Amino acid sequence: MKKGWIKSMLQTAAGAALALTVMAAPSQKAQAQSLTLCWAAWDPANALVEMSKDFTAQSGIEMNFEFVPWPNYADRMLNELNSGGKLCDLLIGDSQWIGGSAENGHYVKLNSFFDKEGISMNDFLPATVYAYSTWPKGSPNYWALPAMGDANGWVYRKDWFSRPALRSEFKSKYGRDLEPPKTWTEMKDIAEFFQGRDVDGKRVYGAAIFTERGSEGITMGATGALYSWGFKYQNPNKPYDMEGFVNSPDAVAALEFYKEFYKCCTPPGYTDSYMEEGLDAFKSGQVAMMMNWFAFFPGLHKDPVVGGDKIGFFVNPGQKVEASTLGGQGISVVSYSEKKDQALEYIKWFASPEVQKKWWSLGGYSCHKSVLLDPGFANTQPFAADFLKAMDGVQDFWQEPAYAELLLAMQKRVHDFVVADQGTAQEALDKLIEDWTETFEDEGKL
Amino acid sequence: MSRPSILQKIASSAAVATPAPVARQVRGLSDRAIAWLFVTPTILLLLAINIFPLIWTIQLSFTNYKANRAARGEKFIGLRNYERVLGDADIWISLQTTAHFLIWTMLLQVLLGFGLAWLLNKQFKGHSFWTTLILLPMMLSPAVVGNFWRFLYQPQIGLFNYIIAFFTGADPSSFQMLGDVNLAPWSIVIVDTWMWTPYIMLICLAGLRSIPDYIYEAAEVDRASKWRQFWSITVPMVLPFLMLAVLFRAIENFKMFDLVVELTNGGPGSVTELASINLKREAFEKWRTGYSSAFAIILFVTVFGVANIYVKALNAVKQR
Repeated sequence: MKKGWIKSMLQTAAGAALALTVMAAPSQKAQAQSLTLCWAAWDPANALVEMSKDFTAQSGIEMNFEFVPWPNYADRMLNELNSGGKLCDLLIGDSQWIGGSAENGHYVKLNSFFDKEGISMNDFLPATVYAYSTWPKGSPNYWALPAMGDANGWVYRKDWFSRPALRSEFKSKYGRDLEPPKTWTEMKDIAEFFQGRDVDGKRVYGAAIFTERGSEGITMGATGALYSWGFKYQNPNKPYDMEGFVNSPDAVAALEFYKEFYKCCTPPGYTDSYMEEGLDAFKSGQVAMMMNWFAFFPGLHKDPVVGGDKIGFFVNPGQKVEASTLGGQGISVVSYSEKKDQALEYIKWFASPEVQKKWWSLGGYSCHKSVLLDPGFANTQPFAADFLKAMDGVQDFWQEPAYAELLLAMQKRVHDFVVADQGTAQEALDKLIEDWTETFEDEGKL
Repeated sequence: MSRPSILQKIASSAAVATPAPVARQVRGLSDRAIAWLFVTPTILLLLAINIFPLIWTIQLSFTNYKANRAARGEKFIGLRNYERVLGDADIWISLQTTAHFLIWTMLLQVLLGFGLAWLLNKQFKGHSFWTTLILLPMMLSPAVVGNFWRFLYQPQIGLFNYIIAFFTGADPSSFQMLGDVNLAPWSIVIVDTWMWTPYIMLICLAGLRSIPDYIYEAAEVDRASKWRQFWSITVPMVLPFLMLAVLFRAIENFKMFDLVVELTNGGPGSVTELASINLKREAFEKWRTGYSSAFAIILFVTVFGVANIYVKALNAVKQR
């Protein structure tokens, strides 16, 4: 009786194992033919999902996606890379991560792959190659393919700007037409003009700008002003020499201006706001202008409430120079992936001019010259010409391996001054140099 | 002879089912060995998740290690991290912010918690309903409470601003609880007090209910006034309970993180950046592992030292 029981148990176990093996076989095959791409959760990511169906149809490789909301994106993905995680085979990582990811071995170096497949970096806009692909900066060492060009731009309520009563009142007050601004000073005038005004029976405000403290928000916003005043991170002839550059009189003036702009012309409670808060304020008709990334503009243009002819776009205004804060990302193969060959296959597919054209048509920002330098490009979208102009003068934050430390120091110093009224602009930038100096000393670069 | 109970039946059948050699082995163990058998898994777990990380943290605090750059290795730098932490003005500001938060939340929660407990200790109609209602906030998740109050404090649509505006006649959007440098530290005190006063109240209520009625009856016989009864009977007898509640809450609030992150994320600027938030930024955003380990050890020693002194005071109060 006992032996019979053992025999039947063994038979059952063997049967179950066989069944599991049979069931597991196709799923293992499917798993081997799939890739996971990690990126931020936003409009262009949805376009990429749509477009990647073509890749699956062509290669038979299923695409899975891991999209993380922007406020947690850097934390989540950098933790993944630092822990050698295998979640992502492909990563569309922020431009500032490239130094750390290259030096710490998180990304696969793509030079030999590019050579083998005939992918030329000359086919991409130089500013995007410099920002999204190279480390050390400007060297021909490529760690990513430029995937999503982006810069900080502005959107405004064209329907409000075109109202005769408002135009005439503005002209009588400021002596010029109510048009998209050419300088930050003009922009502040416009924002002040709209601040607290009743439009269609609703109180509206001047502008939505970046003031977020936790991740990168206020730095990305304030640098929009700093770059326009000619801000430089370091002495062009002596790397990491920041005194007189980071805290130059123009930099101090720019930071003071950003604070004045924040104080005079943003909605109440706008103390910790970034992309999403800006979009909420703009879409709900609260503000006349909004600072935000070009990546959101296709979605805004299609918006049924505030989109279409109701809105217009303009490039970040200059003050002393024309400049914009760089956004955007390159696509990299994660070195911990067990499917590097398939991931490279995806990059090869993505780099082709046809795919790049489709990428732009779906709402992604291609960096490929065949798209951007096409004579008809400027007319493809109402913001296309401004995008090209912005990409001509983009500047990025430090892309050093210690970028997180450098960024958080700036977040603190700028937020302390602009939002929390602590100290002066001069003190904020002086302290920032102290913080950055300490970091570079730790890094052995000073 | 009475019939065996169900428990006795189960026990006897279990004893029969135990194979003889195993039973002999267990019977052969000394009491001390059996005690070790039971305690060892717990000790191993403690070593793995408490003691080992603590020792590792101490070791890291003497190095320049960065967890995001593990390949770079680590270098022994002696007491440099401790010098830097103690000489960092921002760290001292975050400790001041923590002290402000701790002192005011404890003060308000003790006053309100004790007051509510004293009121609820009176038997009145609907007393159970009110007790349950008051206890609700502490049953919520801090993340939920943080989000919920962020909306309440919203200057344009927030209920809190409208209530204040109703009583003061001010424009609701004329003040920002979370965005104003002067109001933000108080806004987090208000939310923590709202959430955790019920906890203090509950423990005080237990203390009040543990006072025997005959003590008050004896005081009545001695013609002691209500005021005298309160100060001579109620307060001394509830004090050990209250001190224990304060100890628990103070330790929790010294480590406060989630609620404040949801409400202000340490802002505006750094005016609500508590020590724990600062520590998290140093450790997991800037990845200064060695530096943040030194900061963590300093915080640990501070809490441990203060808590020990406090427990001694608590014992002294209990022995009076």
